Amino acid sequence: MKIIISILLTITLSACANIGPKPWEKGLLAEEQMTLEANAIDMGLDDHIYFSKEGTSGGRSFAGGGCGCN
Amino acid sequence: MQLKDVSGLIASAACCLISADVIANESINTESDWLDDWQIDSALMLYSEVDRVSALEAVFSFKKDFKDEHIFSGKLVIDSLTGASANGAVSQPIVQTFTRPSGNAQYTVKANETPLDDTFKDTRVQINGQWTSPFSADITTSFGGQLSKEYDYLSLSVNGSISWDTNFNNTSYSLGGSYAYDEIEPEGGIPIALTKHYSDPALFASQALFDQAYSSTIATTSSDKQTFDMLFGVTQVWTKRLITLINVGISKVDGYITDPFKIVSRVQSDGYTLDNINESRPDSRNKQSYFMQSKYHFDWAIFDVSYRYSTDDWEINSHTLESRIHIPSKLTSYWQPHVRIYQQSAAEFYAPFILSQNETPNYVSADYRIGDLNAITLGLKYGDQTQAGNPYSIRLEYYFQTSEDSGHARPGVLQQQDLYPSVSAIVVQYNYRF
Repeated sequence: MKIIISILLTITLSACANIGPKPWEKGLLAEEQMTLEANAIDMGLDDHIYFSKEGTSGGRSFAGGGCGCN
Repeated sequence: MQLKDVSGLIASAACCLISADVIANESINTESDWLDDWQIDSALMLYSEVDRVSALEAVFSFKKDFKDEHIFSGKLVIDSLTGASANGAVSQPIVQTFTRPSGNAQYTVKANETPLDDTFKDTRVQINGQWTSPFSADITTSFGGQLSKEYDYLSLSVNGSISWDTNFNNTSYSLGGSYAYDEIEPEGGIPIALTKHYSDPALFASQALFDQAYSSTIATTSSDKQTFDMLFGVTQVWTKRLITLINVGISKVDGYITDPFKIVSRVQSDGYTLDNINESRPDSRNKQSYFMQSKYHFDWAIFDVSYRYSTDDWEINSHTLESRIHIPSKLTSYWQPHVRIYQQSAAEFYAPFILSQNETPNYVSADYRIGDLNAITLGLKYGDQTQAGNPYSIRLEYYFQTSEDSGHARPGVLQQQDLYPSVSAIVVQYNYRF
C-alpha cells in the first residue's frame, strides 16, 4: 500500500503541467554535470563499496544481485 | 581465473591509465574514427581498509550514439580483493582457533582481537551491455544485461525499462524491471545453517575424525538466489536551473541469502565462548526504497543532493543523505567535495552472540553489516583536461563506519571486549576519458 501511495504521490507532484523551462532556456541543464548520469563511474564504484559494507543497496538504480563481495 | 592473472590485467590497465595522457598527446593527429565515435571512460580505484580488505578495481566504460538516439553503452570491470574480513565470532580474552571456509586449515586469533579470516581473496570480472532506443517521439526503451564472475560467485542479470517524456521534455516517467540470478560455490561447500563450526583438530583423536565431523556440517557445494527488482521514477525539470528525480523501488530476493563464511559465537554465562555455529538467514527478503535527487545550478557551482530511505522485512531500515558540489575553478578545471551520511537499523535476527543456555533461534547472524551502524564518507575530487582535451580527475575519499551497541547484555568477560569495532577505509581513484 505504501508503494502505491508513493507512486500516486510522485505522479501527482509531477503532474503540475507546464512547469519547466522552454527548450531554448535549457542551456544550463544541458551541461554534463547537470545530467542525472554525471559521475556515473564514481557512483558505480561507490555502489560496489557500499553494497559490500552495508545492509541496503539500490534506490538510484536496481538493487540487483551482482557479487559475493565480503 | 588466477589472482595473479587478473592482477596483471589490472596492472596493465593502470599503465594504460597512467600513460594515457602521453598516448593522447602523441596520437592526437592520428586518432582513428573508431575512437572518435565512441566515448570511452576509464577509472582505476584503490580501496584500502585499515588492517582488513584491500581492493583494486579498473573500469572501462564505452558509449556510442548510433544516431537518432540509438545508444549502446557497455562496461568492463575487473577487480581484485584481498585481506581480512570479520568472521562473526566475538573477541575473547584468550587465543581462538577457527577453521578456514575451505575446511583445509586453521587460523588463530590473538586474545582481545576481533576474529578476522585473513584468507579473503577473490578476483572478479564484470561485463555490462545496454541498448537504448526511441520507440516513438516521446517513448524510449532500454534493455541490457550483466555478467559478473568471480572464483566462487556468478551473477547474471537482465533488465528493461520504458520512459515517457512529456511537457516539452520537462517531465519524464519511467518504469523498469530487472531479474538477477546469483550462484555461489564457495571452496569447501555451503555449511548447514546453525550446525557447529568445528575448529580445533586437536580435540579429536585423529585428523580423519576431525575431517569427518567437519564434512558432516557441509550441506552442498553450491546454492543460488534470484532477485526481482521494479523501479518507478519521475524526473521533473522545474526551472532552467533545477531538476529533480524521484524513484520508488521494490526488490524481492529468494534463495540462499545466508553468508556461508560467517559464524556466530555461543557464549556461556561467564562470557567465554562455548562453541561457534554457522549463521542462518531467512531465504527471502523483500525491500522497498524511496530515492530523491535534486540538482541546482548556481552561477558558481552545481549542487547535487540526494536522499534514500530503504526498508525491508528483515527490519533493516536505512537513511542515506549524500551531496556533491561541482565547483568550476578555471576554464576547464573543477573541485568537487563529496559527503555521504548513512544510518542503518539492525536486522531482527542480528545478534553479536547468543547465550548457550538459551534455545538457538531459527535465524541468527552476527554479521556487523546487518547490525546497527552509522557511516560517513568525506571526499574531494579534482578534475581538468589534458592538452589534447581529454578530461581526467583524481578522487580521494575517506569512509568511516561505526557499529552501534545492539543492546545485548554482555555476560562476564565480554564486558571487557570490543564487540562493535569501527571500520575505516581510504579510496583513491583516477578517471580518464579517451
